Amino acid sequence: MFAQKAMHAGFFLSIRSMNDSNIPKVEMRRISKSFPGVVANDCIDFKLHKGEVLALLGENGAGKSTLMNILCGLYRPDQGEIYIDGQQVEIHSPRDAQKYGIGMVHQSFKLVDSMNVLENIILGLLNEPFVPDMKRVRKQLMELASQYHLSVDPDACIWQLSVGEQQRVEILKLLYRNAEVLILDEPTAVLTPQEAHELNRVIKTMKQEGKSAIFITHKMEEVIEFSDRVMVLQKGRVVAETPTSETSPKELARMMVGREVLFQIERKPYSPGKAILELSHIEALGDRGLPALKDLSFSLKAGEILGIAGVDGNGQRELAEVVTGLRKSTKGTLKIADKDMTNKSPLEIIREGVAHIPQDRASVGAVGDLSVASNLAMKQYRSKPLAQGIILLPKRIIDFARKLIDKFRIATPSPNTQVKFLSGGNVQKTILAREIGAARSLIIAVYPSRGLDVGATESVRRQLINMRDEGLGVLLFSEDLDELMQVSDRIAVIFEGKIMDIFDAENIDIEHIGMLMAGMKTEVD
Amino acid sequence: MRLVFEKRKATSISALILVPLISFAVSLCLTALLLTIFGADPLKTYSAMAIGAFGSLYGFAETLVKAIPLMMTGLGVAIAFQLKFWNIGAEGQLTLGGVAAAGVALFLEQYLPGPFLLVGALLGGLLAGALWAGIPAILKTSLNVDETLVTLMMNYIAILFSEYLYYGPWRDPKGYGFPGSRMFSSNAWLPRIVGRAHIGILIALFVALVLWFILRRTRWGFELQIIGASQQAARYQGVAVERNIVLAITLSGALCGLAGAFEVTGISHRLQQGLSIGYGYTAIIVAWMSQLNPLVIPFVAVALAALSVGGDQVQMIMGLPAAMGTVMQGLILFPMLAGSLFTEYRLLAVKDNKSNLPG
Amino acid sequence: MDFVTSILTITIRAGTSLTIATIGEIFTERTGILNLGVEGIMLMGALSAFTAVFYSHNIMLGILVAMVIGGLLALIHAFLTTTMRANQVVSGLSITLFGTGFSSFLGQRLGPESNNFRLVGLRAERILPFAPKWAKDIPILSAFLNQDIITYLVYLLIPLAWFFLYKTRPGLWLRSVGEDPYTADAMGIDVTKTRYFYTIIGGMLIALGGAHLSLSYTPGWSENITGGRGWIVIALVIFSMWNPARAVWGSLLFGGINAVQFRLQASGTSIPANFLNMLPYIGTIIVLVAITWWEALSKKVGAPAALGSSYMREEK
Repeated sequence: MFAQKAMHAGFFLSIRSMNDSNIPKVEMRRISKSFPGVVANDCIDFKLHKGEVLALLGENGAGKSTLMNILCGLYRPDQGEIYIDGQQVEIHSPRDAQKYGIGMVHQSFKLVDSMNVLENIILGLLNEPFVPDMKRVRKQLMELASQYHLSVDPDACIWQLSVGEQQRVEILKLLYRNAEVLILDEPTAVLTPQEAHELNRVIKTMKQEGKSAIFITHKMEEVIEFSDRVMVLQKGRVVAETPTSETSPKELARMMVGREVLFQIERKPYSPGKAILELSHIEALGDRGLPALKDLSFSLKAGEILGIAGVDGNGQRELAEVVTGLRKSTKGTLKIADKDMTNKSPLEIIREGVAHIPQDRASVGAVGDLSVASNLAMKQYRSKPLAQGIILLPKRIIDFARKLIDKFRIATPSPNTQVKFLSGGNVQKTILAREIGAARSLIIAVYPSRGLDVGATESVRRQLINMRDEGLGVLLFSEDLDELMQVSDRIAVIFEGKIMDIFDAENIDIEHIGMLMAGMKTEVD
Repeated sequence: MRLVFEKRKATSISALILVPLISFAVSLCLTALLLTIFGADPLKTYSAMAIGAFGSLYGFAETLVKAIPLMMTGLGVAIAFQLKFWNIGAEGQLTLGGVAAAGVALFLEQYLPGPFLLVGALLGGLLAGALWAGIPAILKTSLNVDETLVTLMMNYIAILFSEYLYYGPWRDPKGYGFPGSRMFSSNAWLPRIVGRAHIGILIALFVALVLWFILRRTRWGFELQIIGASQQAARYQGVAVERNIVLAITLSGALCGLAGAFEVTGISHRLQQGLSIGYGYTAIIVAWMSQLNPLVIPFVAVALAALSVGGDQVQMIMGLPAAMGTVMQGLILFPMLAGSLFTEYRLLAVKDNKSNLPG
Repeated sequence: MDFVTSILTITIRAGTSLTIATIGEIFTERTGILNLGVEGIMLMGALSAFTAVFYSHNIMLGILVAMVIGGLLALIHAFLTTTMRANQVVSGLSITLFGTGFSSFLGQRLGPESNNFRLVGLRAERILPFAPKWAKDIPILSAFLNQDIITYLVYLLIPLAWFFLYKTRPGLWLRSVGEDPYTADAMGIDVTKTRYFYTIIGGMLIALGGAHLSLSYTPGWSENITGGRGWIVIALVIFSMWNPARAVWGSLLFGGINAVQFRLQASGTSIPANFLNMLPYIGTIIVLVAITWWEALSKKVGAPAALGSSYMREEK
């Protein structure tokens, strides 16, 4: 009888361990999610096993963040189911996700700057008593910290910590809440190489403790170094899934950007003039005081479109700001049409005929509370014909606006409608109309077709090509390789504040670009 | 089923008109209720108020007397609010303006003969107000110190300073115990038109027009509008944001200072207690109610002044507390504040199934 | 010694209403809501307390009524600013306007017929100071122990408020709402409920401060019974850097100067009283500049980062 019991136990044990290894920790089946105008996730199947580190690779807009936001409770899928440890669950909020052991470290940290680490760790926890025993919290925290090699000063205030340290706090927060699955969104984007190594150690320790991790990334190095398995998304669908050891960066790049060759949009033959914009060894700091642009040099010729490829966050915004005078460069020179314009004011640069379509269209490119006409007049109101001396001439402003509204087909009930009531595409058209109308030498366009529908996108690209045909220089920042290939004469790749390489549009090796965008310098494999 | 606020597709014009009207109606109803509870006939009271404020030349003049400082400070505050600079210091800027005007009138008589004395007094008021607003403006643009609290504190410093003056060194020895400076010579008296209403009303209306013109028809005004809507966007278009903020706020203070100068040269003819009965704070309400439009401010100022004067009259005629007028002002504001949301949002009942909104 | 003790006694009495109201406003502002309606709520608190006591002869009832009224007025402000997302400055000023006017109105209408329906000039039960016999002659200490029940409660309120804010879980959540409502929301804290709750609590405490005036410090009712104290409270909140433990220093300072100035005028010193009175306001501005300027200081003890801005989840 004893033997029988033991056999039973053994039987059950073996079934359990079989089940353990078969049932994925997390499974998402047929997940679909759409937002107005775009399908973010298209019937995605996703599995994560216990103790596994999975990389989600893809370009911007591939759907990685959306999928993970669904898993951690920020979004609800239109279709599909989620299973945790084999049981179907409903995750309607981050608290639900926490209940099932899922936690996410976002790109922008959810930390209160003025509070210290301990306070942030327990913020929002319902099971803390009325008077939390901070000694106990501290002890628990330090135990976790040493267990996972996450050194942190519990009494430091968040604002005093480096970004890498803040990320550690975020991870500790999740571990304190008994997270079994940690999702990390572009974790090394804000880390130094040293800190990235340390993060790797942390993840490996977590694996040993039986925890699992998913990280969203566009960096090849991360994928190779950190993950056991990699899943590649493109335009909302899974295009590949493979153990990391069985693939190579080149292949991954191909999977990430693989597409048919697209033809260029019709234009005049490429005959560039002299250099209209020259950057020479430019260095600049970002908002947090860390280097954003490092020894950056390139030149843009008149009558040419230079596309800058790269994943958002690699210095594009800072570069555009340096060129338009909104950010000071600490080293290097900037020349516009051979004139030294290094660190001149925005107004002086505008006076050189430079136009700028900014990244943040909603609050910075266009002013929502003002009318379409006012927005259109915002660049040229200082002189004739819109003004006479210090006085503005409203009739001329309206006429000016009507012409632009027609030319750019901006859909608005009237020139006096406030811009905040226009659709995103029409806001962008307004900005475009204003900037293109004022550009005389050079136009800088930062993600100009982001969030626009097909028709508006086509129109934007057409406008940029027209500018180029008329002899202006166009600096185009885009995350969309399709767009860059269709529109640019030359393509440069930016990564972590440096220009990796520049190609002629005709000799584009898409995989090579993919790799450069992901930080891999060598091509030979 | 739950109620949510959904952003509208266009500013609701009907809401812009309806909300103030409904608010006024609500105020009338609530006050009527109040009056009935305390045994007064609402209709009688309202007509007494109206007659008191507008029915006689004297009444109308008194309404103007209260409206003028509300207009000037309202215009000043409106400029500041246009830039999203919360100038709560109108009261202090007005007070200091009165002090400066009094100072000129009392002590610079020998340097400024004839009408120049009055002009000098008004100028002094302007400059004092400008200075008093300039300080918080610079603190904000250079050190990012919150202007709401600084301007509020500076009110008290100004009021205490003026008290010190007319209780102390400027006190009229022949004042019969009533604290205040001696009277200005008649050269420093702002000419009156009817009753106690002085030509300040003309100046105020003129200023309203000029301000409207500046904001809507000049390059500078356009830049101010952009700064107010989005400082970053202004910077992107090469507008000098900090410099313009300081200039505009200084102008704001100057107008409030001028209001104070009006009060001492036009109404009291001396520096004394009661220079301001909270005009600086009511100005904020005037500006807000007028949606910062300089052309609307004079009307709203007159309306609020009428409520105040009407309240005084009601006290004399019907023995009801004068504070009636103030209560009505408060009661108008609550529904207006609540209603301001409806110009941009509408109320919807939503089924609580699957929501496509995040979270 | 006697001089100092008597000054101290008056100072503490004068500072009581200020301290309570300041602590109330600190709680409100700590959630990110600026309530400029303090003056109006204080007046209504003073009026309703006095009226209730006059008719019911029950001090507890008077205090209770005052706190309910204060809570209701604060509820209006919370509703307008949080749910209807109205401008916080204008909303607060409206409460002050309404409270000032309405208290004046009621003060002329709620009195008994025998006094022409006015409340001015009436006498009602007061809250009297009491002291333990053994403390009566000890210098300095007797000042602290010769106060009324509300002041004694304030002695408790200060450390309790401090403890609640800095050492408890709800206090932590409260602070996070005022510092970073988006993070608080992301961590599952109900920002709206928090703001409503503490704004109402703040109103109740402010009204209690007003009640102390009409029931103890200057017993009775007069239209200017607060003498602008409501505005001083707003300064005091800044002066104490939003820390309840520090609130007492500011109140003593403001209250003390108030109390002292009469003595000084009587003894004919040369410093004009008004300049002394200015010091707290100037001091407050200096504090504001200092904490905004010192980045290190500002992160730890500055204004709640989200003070004055409205919050709506979708508008990220």
